[in-house]
Amino acid sequence: MFLTSVKRLRSLGIIGMNQRNFGLIGRYNPRHLYPLVDDKLKTKRLAQEAGITVPQLLGTVHYQHDVKRLKDMLSAYNQFVIKPVKGSGGKGILVITEQDHNLYYKPSGDAVKLSHIERHVSNILSGLHSLGGKPDAVMIESLIQIDPVFEDYSYEGIPDLRVIVLKGYPIMAMLRLATHASDGRANLHQGAVGVGIDIGTGEALHAVQYGDPVYFHPDTRKPFSNLTVPHWDKLLELAAACYEMTGLGYLGVDIVLDRDQGPMIIELNARPGLSIQVANFAGLAPRVAAVEALETIDPDPQSRVQFSKRNFAAVRNLIRPRRRTKPTALALLAANC
Amino acid sequence: MHANARLYTVVILILFTGIGLIFYKHLVLGFPLMPDEKKFVWTIEAKIDFQANGEPVIVSFALPPREPHLTFMEEDFASSDYGFSELSSDEEQRRVQWSKRSAKGAQTAYYRLSVYENDKLTESPPSDDPLPPQKPELDEVFLTASLTLLETVRAKSANPEIFTRELIQTLNSSSPNQNQRLLQNDKAGEDYKTDLILDLLALEGISARVVRGLFLEDGRRRQSLTNFVEIHDGQKWILFDQNTGKSGKPGNFLIWQRGGQSLLDVIGGKSSQVSFSIIKNIHSARNLAVNSGMHAQAGLIDFSIYSLPIEQQTAFKMILLLPIGALIVVIMRILVGIRTSGTFMPILIALALIQTTLVTGIVIFLIVVSTGLLIRSYLSRLNLLLVARISAVIIVVITIIASISIISHKLGLSQALQVTFFPMIILAWTIERMSVLWEEDGPREVFIQGAGSLLTAVIAYLFMTNRTVEYLTFNFPELMLVNLALILILGQYTGYRLTELYRFHSMGRHHVSDKR
Repeated sequence: MFLTSVKRLRSLGIIGMNQRNFGLIGRYNPRHLYPLVDDKLKTKRLAQEAGITVPQLLGTVHYQHDVKRLKDMLSAYNQFVIKPVKGSGGKGILVITEQDHNLYYKPSGDAVKLSHIERHVSNILSGLHSLGGKPDAVMIESLIQIDPVFEDYSYEGIPDLRVIVLKGYPIMAMLRLATHASDGRANLHQGAVGVGIDIGTGEALHAVQYGDPVYFHPDTRKPFSNLTVPHWDKLLELAAACYEMTGLGYLGVDIVLDRDQGPMIIELNARPGLSIQVANFAGLAPRVAAVEALETIDPDPQSRVQFSKRNFAAVRNLIRPRRRTKPTALALLAANC
Repeated sequence: MHANARLYTVVILILFTGIGLIFYKHLVLGFPLMPDEKKFVWTIEAKIDFQANGEPVIVSFALPPREPHLTFMEEDFASSDYGFSELSSDEEQRRVQWSKRSAKGAQTAYYRLSVYENDKLTESPPSDDPLPPQKPELDEVFLTASLTLLETVRAKSANPEIFTRELIQTLNSSSPNQNQRLLQNDKAGEDYKTDLILDLLALEGISARVVRGLFLEDGRRRQSLTNFVEIHDGQKWILFDQNTGKSGKPGNFLIWQRGGQSLLDVIGGKSSQVSFSIIKNIHSARNLAVNSGMHAQAGLIDFSIYSLPIEQQTAFKMILLLPIGALIVVIMRILVGIRTSGTFMPILIALALIQTTLVTGIVIFLIVVSTGLLIRSYLSRLNLLLVARISAVIIVVITIIASISIISHKLGLSQALQVTFFPMIILAWTIERMSVLWEEDGPREVFIQGAGSLLTAVIAYLFMTNRTVEYLTFNFPELMLVNLALILILGQYTGYRLTELYRFHSMGRHHVSDKR
């Protein structure tokens, strides 16, 4: 079967693109707030003011003539990441893990010259990777050190965690793992693996590649049944706090785990995609309804996280079927309807 | 909920206005809903010739009555230096008069009429009351012969209708008896026969009159009017062919004059005669509706695209198709969920396809875009700034287009010359966007979006070139309101897209662990 039925999707509570655009983005995300998340420098500044951990900013390039200063700027750092300020979907990100004798090494081990980096920076400045091709700026960040928990689950890139936050309540989470097929990028439709993570425990629930279930990482062959995201509460609280920070009601929060500094926010997204539902093998609609049913939004991110953990914990783990989590009333309702 | 109610009110208002206007135009102004309705328009020219003898001249000519089932498109009168006036405003007995202080020699006057049968009303027989029959004054021999004939006919008939048919058939019989031969003067023409029938009917006490009319046949010249006899049977008028006795009006018979009044009177001239020539034109019913609308000063048509010069009308023909393309794009994106590169780029491709025809257009498009992508991949290595790069791509596109034109011309492929119809700036942007897409998301994404754009463009093309769609959009611009209402409703659609049924296909299966 290549197609599934509308009835089946509806019974699972799957939200489609039209519903997302109309009922979530259109309703909860005022357009004037977009620049806060579309401009990563602004997001970073906001996060720092709110006391949220973010990767360290090493430098920025705003103008074409500053490209010449790039060599001096980079000489102090052995590892760094170059990003477009207004890029989206991981586009235009260049990771350098080692610098040696005027050669820069990418995670794949390929060496590039300074001229390559300069061209990359000037491409970003002219808007190659930004939304709508608008002129852009470049930011240089410190490289995140991969957490040992994820070492066996990643090919080249660093896994990042996407948490959907609705009106401040984390409602669904997914771990994105780069693969050889995705060319080291954490982009699901390019072949990265999406692992649904239980909101209640941080355990892996279900994993997909190209929309079909997988049970181990395609490159490292490591099974997902033992995968549990550490610092889970802290991580959810970070995500929940982004609601106050931006005011956006429907938010995709991208979090990475640094070996030394723990969870940090790398990117916010005002138009988070819907593949997270496939990765979790669950629809967003019942959870959206549960949050919408609340009369007041708790101002404290910690108690919001507690609410989410109580209500959105998985009923059953699809990777570890014998381990049943404690069923909650809402979760039972969601499974039945 | 409040905003929703408001939106639906607006949608319903727009929808009803649009549909209402369409029905108004169709039902009241007679615009056909389908493009195939062609109507025959008969153009009849009456030529009046006479010899003036130097005295004041007055020519009086009977015109055909305006009947509800006929629409007179145009009536023209022409003569050389004659004064002209329409005599009576009575719709049944219309006459015109030409006059001149003095004229000599051969004179000619023309009357031209364009007429078509509309379908608003069915034809109805005249409803006027008959005059009582006047007994003719006949000499003894004639009267006796007449009475004998009438007696034979009366014996075979039951009512005035049958009587008349029987009488006409008897008079036309190929083996006349003595009485008939006496009554029928061999040298006499049509008019004599008509008078004879009318006299005989009067003797019998049946009200009757002559009806003169014209058989409409394409390309006839020098025709004259044909005489019919119309009798009143006490309730209604019945028309009879005086040569066959058949009752009822034959098709393509235009009644020109009823009653015994003369067709043509000429004072101050002699040897006058009228001859008719007839041409059949095929007009689309739409043209006729526009024409009659303009005559009737219908505001909707007076202030419509039809009032523009023909050249602008042709431009609007194209512009009015754009909303259809937009609707297709909306459906493809919201209901089907096809990804296109650039929201409305498919419409522009579709417009270009209309000019170039489908297959040629697609081949040209693919050649230009793929060549452009090849060259663009080289440009990306030159490390150019964005605007400069796109400008360079524009020049590359123009070069490609020029080379395609020249090469195909040399090869004798005239179709490929139409490559110039493609909007070059749009092509350049398409190439640039696809090239960026290629670098970032790989060839698969380029293929998906390129194919999506082309598919949408082809579907939009098929709709936009459909004869019915083309006809409807141009002749019923009100359709845009309906279109707008549809788009507003589609903008509210929050259900799944067709492609999402595939995207989430793995959700359709029950999970493997369920079986354990």
